[in-house]
Amino acid sequence: MTTTRRIVAAAAGTIALAFAVSSCSSGGGDAVETLDPNADLSEQTLTVSIWADYSPEDLAEKFEAETGVKTTIVNHTTNEDIVAKLTASADSGIDVAFVSGQYAQALGEQGLLAELDKGLIPNEENLYPEALELAYDPGNVYSEPYAWGTTGLCYRPDLTGYDPTSWNDLLNPKPELVGKTTMLSTDRWLAEPALKAAGNSINTTDDDELAAAKEQLLKTKSTLLAYDDTTFYSKLVSGEAAMVQAWDGWCNYGIAEDPSIKFVVPEEGSDLWVDTMTVLESSKNKEAAMAFLNYILDPEVQTWVAENILYKVPNKAAMEALDPALIESYPTLGITVDELMEQEAIVDLGEDTLKYVDLNAEVLATN
Amino acid sequence: MTSTNHPAAPAARTVRRGLAPVPFLAPGMIYLILFMALPVGLLAFYTFFKRGRFGGIVFEFTFDNWAKLLEPLYVGVILQSIVLAGIVTLLALLIGYPMAYAIAGLSPKWRTVALIAVVLPFWTNFLIRTYAWILLLNNAGWVNQWLQGLGITDAPISMLYTPQAIVVGLLYMYLPLMVLPLYASLQQLDPSLREAATNLGATPWRAFRTVTLPLSIPGALTGCIFVFVPAMSNFVIPELIGGGKTIMVGNLVRDQFFEARDWPFGATLALLLTILLVIVIVVQTAVSRRLTEGPRRG
Repeated sequence: MTTTRRIVAAAAGTIALAFAVSSCSSGGGDAVETLDPNADLSEQTLTVSIWADYSPEDLAEKFEAETGVKTTIVNHTTNEDIVAKLTASADSGIDVAFVSGQYAQALGEQGLLAELDKGLIPNEENLYPEALELAYDPGNVYSEPYAWGTTGLCYRPDLTGYDPTSWNDLLNPKPELVGKTTMLSTDRWLAEPALKAAGNSINTTDDDELAAAKEQLLKTKSTLLAYDDTTFYSKLVSGEAAMVQAWDGWCNYGIAEDPSIKFVVPEEGSDLWVDTMTVLESSKNKEAAMAFLNYILDPEVQTWVAENILYKVPNKAAMEALDPALIESYPTLGITVDELMEQEAIVDLGEDTLKYVDLNAEVLATN
Repeated sequence: MTSTNHPAAPAARTVRRGLAPVPFLAPGMIYLILFMALPVGLLAFYTFFKRGRFGGIVFEFTFDNWAKLLEPLYVGVILQSIVLAGIVTLLALLIGYPMAYAIAGLSPKWRTVALIAVVLPFWTNFLIRTYAWILLLNNAGWVNQWLQGLGITDAPISMLYTPQAIVVGLLYMYLPLMVLPLYASLQQLDPSLREAATNLGATPWRAFRTVTLPLSIPGALTGCIFVFVPAMSNFVIPELIGGGKTIMVGNLVRDQFFEARDWPFGATLALLLTILLVIVIVVQTAVSRRLTEGPRRG
């Protein structure tokens, strides 16, 4: 009997704890804090969460040498991963988090992000003017962009035999390309080709449009070699795939191994994705966090992104300083800001995000 | 409970027998409660609530997660997983039995060598072995090169990213788990039983069929469980070798937590998987007990 009672007590304790943790996670402050521009940064510490291999290895040391802020870099693997960490408790211990634009928007709406103190981020002026007016966060209230790009078709002309121009080249491949194409399967990118080919918005929440997209995607599924979000470029290099849906930066990894590989943004248009830096409302080191964002927006620092991971950056000064030979080798780096702005920014859809979650589950689970 | 098994036992003895095991059972029970009952209980608890927009749990009571399990989509994935894991188990038994039988018949020295060879792949990281299969099975891979080199086929056969490739991957991964318990049970067999059968005039085949085979069934059943349980919940192989086109319950659970951020439904799927596997294990134990107890009584 006592054992049973103890189990019940322990279970009740655990449940109470779960309630307590979940109920105090929504404590975002509305009042804009005034930050001290003359704060002694060497007394502050910083924990930055970023995707692995997405920043210079010695970033923490360099930033510390410049500002005196003791900095720790931690990694997350996906947006979902870091968002789960940030929403799981009131204070995640993270000061600066790198997330994609639509997630910055969602976190901002939840009150989890601190409004940026632009007085402490003078390097914002290095950004393209367009990078201050992005749909997920106009005016960069909660986030500063770090890298951006688009999604398109990455292909090997010698295997396709022609230059694709449309999402339909992927959705309804020529008979000789059946079993030689791959698609992205995460988040919002799975539905994108079908939505764009039908002339719809990638941010649509219309049930009929989504149902039509699902039907098309199920038809396409039987023509695919695989769904692949991580190794699609190596499938191109090995010749297993002839054409893959790819983020522009990742297509470059294929081009690095086989310069004949090409990238095209389909004529129906594509998305504009932005990876951003955000400061957590729960951070106790906001001056240091703002200083970190400012440091990253320094043209010399952000050039690293373009030179090493071959992604475009929204930093005008950094892009103009790029070696032209690099852009010649990797034409996707030469996609202009105007061309990027023609694409549709992915925005957070609130509760309707779940429609995409269900769509993905249904497409991936159906045979 | 004990008194029902031994109705003739005196009352005092029953009491002593009832209390005596407590100190010995306590460590195991505490372990089970901490690492099994509590986590599974929490999992079960979560299945009755709603998902938050960013993951997590919203404490509004609902049966929706259990209702969702009945949707044809999910029933289909669960059935498909059972079929795939079942095929893998059957193939592992067909391949593993002769292997275990042969190993049991080796001299002690070679037996050690053979057993190390069976276990050796486990010393390499699971992911590396999976990627090795991708290199073997792809269109430009070794298997296709050999097939074409030997003139068996003209063009490369598409083997990777198919359900068959998933079966091959899972079979490779879990075959040792079939061989080892089978070997253990075959090795424990009293050789004199087989000799007796032979002395009484049985052919080697008949001696195998009437003596060795029935006595090795408990080992085979254990092997089947060892293969079926992890095969059912694996999600890496369907993803990497199956190309993400054929998904299993393991993938569903993983996707609910990491992609869909639907923790309550992920918990429901995980709990269902646990329940299914517990049922399989209970059935296996019952069958196994009947088999081992049966012949002795008769």
